[in-house]
Amino acid sequence: MFLTYKNPVYEYIKSPDQDAAQAVHHPVIVVGAGPIGMGAALDLGQYGVDVLVLDDNNTVSVGSRAVCYSKRALEILDRLGCGDRMVDKGVTWNVGKVFFRDELVTQFDLLPEPGHKMPAFINLQQYYLEEYMVDRINELDAIEVRWKNKVIAVDDGSDQTRISVEIPDGVYDMTCDWLIVADGANSDLRAMLGLQSSGKIFEDRFLIADIVMKADFPPERWFNFDPSYHRGQSTLLHRQSDNVWRLDFQLGWDKDPEVEKRPENVIPRVKAMMGDEVDFELEWASVYTFQCRRMESFRKGRVLFTGDAAHQVSPFGARGANSGLQDTDNLAWKLKLVMDGKAPERLLDSYCEEREVAADENIMNSTRSTDFITPKSTTSRIFRDATLELSKRFDFARKLTNSGRLSDAAVLAESSLNSPDDGEFDSLLVAGAVMADAPVHGGGAEWLLHACGNRFQLLYYVDNIDELDTAAIDALKALEDDDIPLGILVVFRQGEAPAGLNAVCDSKGLVAERYDARDGSAYLIRPDQHIAARFRSAQIDKVRAAVRRATAQL
Amino acid sequence: MSDQTRLNTDYNFHETDKIFFRAYRPGDDFYQDLIDAHRDLSDQQSQRLNARLILLLANHVGDLAVLREAISAAANDLGES
Repeated sequence: MFLTYKNPVYEYIKSPDQDAAQAVHHPVIVVGAGPIGMGAALDLGQYGVDVLVLDDNNTVSVGSRAVCYSKRALEILDRLGCGDRMVDKGVTWNVGKVFFRDELVTQFDLLPEPGHKMPAFINLQQYYLEEYMVDRINELDAIEVRWKNKVIAVDDGSDQTRISVEIPDGVYDMTCDWLIVADGANSDLRAMLGLQSSGKIFEDRFLIADIVMKADFPPERWFNFDPSYHRGQSTLLHRQSDNVWRLDFQLGWDKDPEVEKRPENVIPRVKAMMGDEVDFELEWASVYTFQCRRMESFRKGRVLFTGDAAHQVSPFGARGANSGLQDTDNLAWKLKLVMDGKAPERLLDSYCEEREVAADENIMNSTRSTDFITPKSTTSRIFRDATLELSKRFDFARKLTNSGRLSDAAVLAESSLNSPDDGEFDSLLVAGAVMADAPVHGGGAEWLLHACGNRFQLLYYVDNIDELDTAAIDALKALEDDDIPLGILVVFRQGEAPAGLNAVCDSKGLVAERYDARDGSAYLIRPDQHIAARFRSAQIDKVRAAVRRATAQL
Repeated sequence: MSDQTRLNTDYNFHETDKIFFRAYRPGDDFYQDLIDAHRDLSDQQSQRLNARLILLLANHVGDLAVLREAISAAANDLGES
């Protein structure tokens, strides 16, 4: 049905669980094998947790759906073993252009500085991401995916959760310690548990048309306010892989979605936008509306909600899949520590605390973009148009122009897991921020982010490793034997690292610059690469206390 | 307010003692406050709100050279009535 992509079919395989006399128990069950459910599974699977994933379908996404993947999502996917394939296949872009009545009014570069492994954004059809995640899952013994397994009932108890699953052969039951819900915006599980996601519906409709076209336009995001070919509305153009282009047309609330997505109505709109002479084929069309809403709490006892099931935003800003992957990035290590009995269950409440704040920020930014793109009153439209008119001449108006504030890493600055700064730092890499990447060398790592993640670590900075205070390092190494082990990673500006020391060289000085790191400075890094604390001088008691705080033990 | 005598058209939104992690945030915060202030007002009420706002901000700026420049910049290219 698609010109450029054939959906794989994943075989339904009968499980011995179906014939067991009693409901078989699993430590973790994930509902939904979309990007977020598989993200949760991969993250936990990499920690060695046995995970069962259930999906009611037997293939990846039908249609391109989410196409923009942010730098942070790519960094997470890189940690999960899918990052390079995404970047290799995807279309890298950093520049966004904004047009008003056919005239370029502003452009922005999302990654103005070099020295990061991942680009600001890539565009790639969602089905490729899902395919890569399935492939990666197949490399890990800890994860099993069962296709054509639809959860039809759930009973959440205080000790375990029981689910009933419909399969082509009938129905069977299972129990689990933890249930992760990742079944999307219209989550059946959420409804079965009597929970709501509340917020507001926006009265506007948008048409997506994916076309196959050979064109020389640069890989940039082009947003058009009030273009001559689509008066009074907006359009958006994105390039995807395989010469597929995503066109997005604002339609207005009064349009009939069934009529608008018929090819005979889509094709004239595409021609009006791209020009009559352009040779293209229509691959996929869909009309959508959207809501900005979230659940009051992302946790109900032993059930944890992630991705669109937990929160939903408008597509302007690419804050859907990109924030869902940040959810599971945040959740997996916490669940692992709780399951191992190394952290109290309230660490899971910090998942809610941190990701609910992030969801609110996503909803706020996405709502603001929507209000700018679709002004709700005459006055609001006058201000919007005045901003665009002034943006032709003035810098401040360019920066006020809001065609979507694109997804970035949540800064969890208010988190209860953070420790206050120990000393003064002239850097926005506060506790709660995601660590900044930088090129390094040594120890098999080329990027700082590659040397971090999946465990607690202390980045310990030294100017000249030949003058390393070995007594200080030896003292800190005692932390490696703690109940929650803390790896010590020495980052040095110059000198030769002694054998046996886990150390990387800050070859370009960008770690020093980005972290305002000086001799003896240290950053405590969580398994999800967020910063938990920073110290001008890392004394073992203070570091240990910060680890305890970061794991909800204080 | 600085003692500049030129209209500042660089992006200048900020808030004392507040750290913004995203450059767009203070401007977006202001823009939302502005639009929110107009919510549920009639067009005529909105015009009066705008007029009062301009007068308050003009007095805050004070410098007539800057104000003249702002009036001129705003009046430019208004198109046909």
